[in-house]
Amino acid sequence: MVNLSINNKIIVASEDTTILKAAKDNGIMIPNLCYLEGVHEFGSCRICSVEVIGAKTLMVACMTKVKEGMVVYTHSSKVIKARKVLYELMLSDHAKACLSCNRNLSCELQKLGETLGIEGNRFETTSCRTQIDRSISITRDLSKCILCRRCITICNEVQGVGILNAQNRGFDTLISPTMDLPIGSVKCTYCGQCTVVCPTGALKETDSIEDVWKAINDPNIRVVFQTAPAVRIALGELFGYPVGTSVTGKMAAAIRALGVDDVFDTDWGADLTIMEEGMELLHRLTDFVSGKKTTLPMITSCSPGWIKYIESYYPEQIPNLSTCKSPHMMLGALAKSFYAESKGLDAKKMFVVSVMPCTAKKFECSREEMQNDGMMNVDAVLTTRELGSIIKQAGIDFVNLKDEKFDEPMGFSTGAADIFGLTGGVMEAALRTVYAILMGKNLPFDNLHIAPIVGLDKIKEATIKLEGVLPQYKKFEGIELRVAVTSGLSGAKILTEQIKNGTSPYHFIEIMGCPSGCICGGGQPRSHDPEVREKRMSILYKEDENKNLRQSHENPSIARFYELWGSPGCFKSHEYLHTHYFDRSK
Amino acid sequence: MNETQSDNCLDNKGISKLEQIDNIIDLYGGKPSNLIQILHVSQQIYGYLPLDVQQFIASKMKMHISEVSGVVSFYSFFSTKPRGEHTILICMGTACYVRGGKKLVDELRKQLSIEVGETTSDGKFSLEIARCIGACGLAPAMMIDKKVYKSVNPNRLKSILATY
Repeated sequence: MVNLSINNKIIVASEDTTILKAAKDNGIMIPNLCYLEGVHEFGSCRICSVEVIGAKTLMVACMTKVKEGMVVYTHSSKVIKARKVLYELMLSDHAKACLSCNRNLSCELQKLGETLGIEGNRFETTSCRTQIDRSISITRDLSKCILCRRCITICNEVQGVGILNAQNRGFDTLISPTMDLPIGSVKCTYCGQCTVVCPTGALKETDSIEDVWKAINDPNIRVVFQTAPAVRIALGELFGYPVGTSVTGKMAAAIRALGVDDVFDTDWGADLTIMEEGMELLHRLTDFVSGKKTTLPMITSCSPGWIKYIESYYPEQIPNLSTCKSPHMMLGALAKSFYAESKGLDAKKMFVVSVMPCTAKKFECSREEMQNDGMMNVDAVLTTRELGSIIKQAGIDFVNLKDEKFDEPMGFSTGAADIFGLTGGVMEAALRTVYAILMGKNLPFDNLHIAPIVGLDKIKEATIKLEGVLPQYKKFEGIELRVAVTSGLSGAKILTEQIKNGTSPYHFIEIMGCPSGCICGGGQPRSHDPEVREKRMSILYKEDENKNLRQSHENPSIARFYELWGSPGCFKSHEYLHTHYFDRSK
Repeated sequence: MNETQSDNCLDNKGISKLEQIDNIIDLYGGKPSNLIQILHVSQQIYGYLPLDVQQFIASKMKMHISEVSGVVSFYSFFSTKPRGEHTILICMGTACYVRGGKKLVDELRKQLSIEVGETTSDGKFSLEIARCIGACGLAPAMMIDKKVYKSVNPNRLKSILATY
C-alpha cells in the first residue's frame, strides 16, 4: 500500500492502482472518455490528464500508477484548462450534428462536454473525415469518429479479428478496415462489439426501424415479432431500470402496442433448436460410438458472428458446425409455414421481425439460403437498442404497461431456452435434453446447472461420464462426454485451432461470438455498469430457475408442434430448420 | 536493414518476388517488431506494396491485414501504387521548408504534371515528400533514388531531371 495525496486529501491505495481508480475509490471523479476498465486503458484521448507535482507534463490518470508520496491535483486550473483544450480540439473536426444523431442524449462525448462545462467552439475547422460506410449490419459514420480507438482494442485485442485499425496519419487518420475498404467488403464478422463501445454515433447498427414501421403501417401485412432471450433482461435499461431487471411482460405488451399482430418468443425457437441440435449431436455420437465415420466435435451454430468468423477464417472446419438454423430463423421459417397454414394466412403477406441482442443477425437474415417456399424466413432484425427506440417513437409509456404474455402457438418456453442468451447456456440446455434421452433421468448437477461451464471465463470445459445409460443406448455406457464452451472470437480461435491441429479433445463445443454471450451482444444497450455482465447473467439464470419446466423436451408446445409436423431431424425439419454454410475465406 | 541480404534476394532471378518476400520474413524471424524493415525490403523487391502483397505479408506474419496496412499508410516512404522508374523525394522538414522546399514541390508538380504521390504517365518519375531526411545542413534537399541534391534552386530542376 502507498500513501498519496489527491486534491490535498490523504489516500491509501494499493501499489498497482492507477490514479484514476484510486481517485474514484475515494469519491473523486476524474473526467475520462476512452477509458474502459480492464479493456481499453491506453490513455489515447488524454482527457483524464492530471497534475502530478514534480512531473514535467500532465499525466494521464488512467495509466499512471500511484506512488508513495505522490501529490496529485485533478482539477487545478492548469488541468481544467488543458482538458478543455483537449476536448475542443476533439470537437474541432467532429460533425456536431447532435440533434439529428442516433446517439443524442446517450453520447459520451456530449456528456463529457457538459461535465467539462464547454461553451463555444474556438477551433472550428473543416471536417477531416466525412465517409459514411453502410454495411448490412454495421454503419460507420466517420464524421463522428474522435479517434479514441476503443473499437480497435475491442476488434483486435478482445475479439482478435482485427478488422478496424488506424490507417494513414495525422489529420488523414481513419479508423478503418485495410486501405479504407468498406466494412462489408472485408472479413468483418459483424459481431458489433465496436458499436457497443463507440462513445459517439460513429459506429452503430444499420437502421432497420424504417422497414419495420412501413410493415406495421401497411394494413395488408401481418407483422410477426419475436424476441431473443437476452433482449428481455436488457431492454429495461433503456427505460431507466437498473441493470439486471427482467421486463418480459412489459416487452410483450409494448410490442403488441406497436400494432404488431403476433408476438412470439424466440425462446420457443430455442427449445426447438435443442430438439433438432440434440438429435443431431446424438446422431453424430451414435456414429462415433459405433465406430462409424463422423465429424466431431460438433459446434453450435446459433451465433451468426461466429458463423461468419468460421466461414471467413476456418472454412475447412465448417463440417464441425451443427446444421441447425439459429432459433429465430427456425421460428421465422415456421411462422410462414406451420403457423400460416394452421391459421389459413397468406405467408407472402407476412413480415417477420426478430428483436435480437445482435448486429450479425441482420446479416444472417439476409443470407439467401435462409428462405423457404421462395420467402425469406425473417424479413428484418431489430437490435435491443432499436426496439427501445421504436417503443419510444411510438409514444408507449413502457414503465406503466401491464405485463402481457407471448402469443401461442410459439410463445411457451422452458427454462432451457432462457439460458441460450449467455455463455454456457446452449451447451447446458442441450445436455439437459441429451442426457435425459440417454439416461432416462435428469442431469446430476445441482439445480440442473453444469457448474464447470457456468460463469464468464473465456474457455470453460466439463466432462460428463455416462454410467447407467438406458438399454437402447448401451453403446454409450462408460463414455466420457467432453464439452467446451467459449464466448468471444479470440476464444473461438483457440478452440478451432485445436480442431484444425487434431488436438481437440471435445465431443461438443458451444461458441458464442460475443464475450459473455448474447447478454453482452453487439445490439445490446451500452452500459457503464462495471458489473453489467454478472448482473445480466444472474437475471437470465433466474428466469430459467423460476420456470416449472426447464428442459426443452418437456415443452408441451414443442411436443404438439412435432405431432403435427414430423419429428426432430425428419426430412421436413431438414428443409425448414437446417441450413448450410459457405467458404468466405477468399 | 541489411543491404547485402536484400541485394542477394534481388540478384536471385530464379525466385519469384513473393518467394523472395517470404524468405525475407523468415530472415527477420517473422517478428511483428520487424515489420517496418520487412516492408522496406518488400517494397524494394516488388517496387510498391499493393493490397495482395500486404495480405501475403500479413498472413505469413500472422498479423491482421489492417495492422500491416496501418503501418504502410502511416509512413510516406511506403507506396501502395506502382512507382516510377525514379523516385523524387523532396524534403519538407522544418529546415528545408523554410529554405524553399515547398517551392521545389510546386515547380515539380508543374513540370511533371503530377501531384505528390503520383507517377508520370510515362512511368519515369514518382514525386514524394518526406518530413525530414536528416540533411538539414543541405536545405533545401532533394533525393532522386539514392542520390542527394543539396541547396536545390527551382531553376536547377529542369537540368537535374534531364540527366535521368
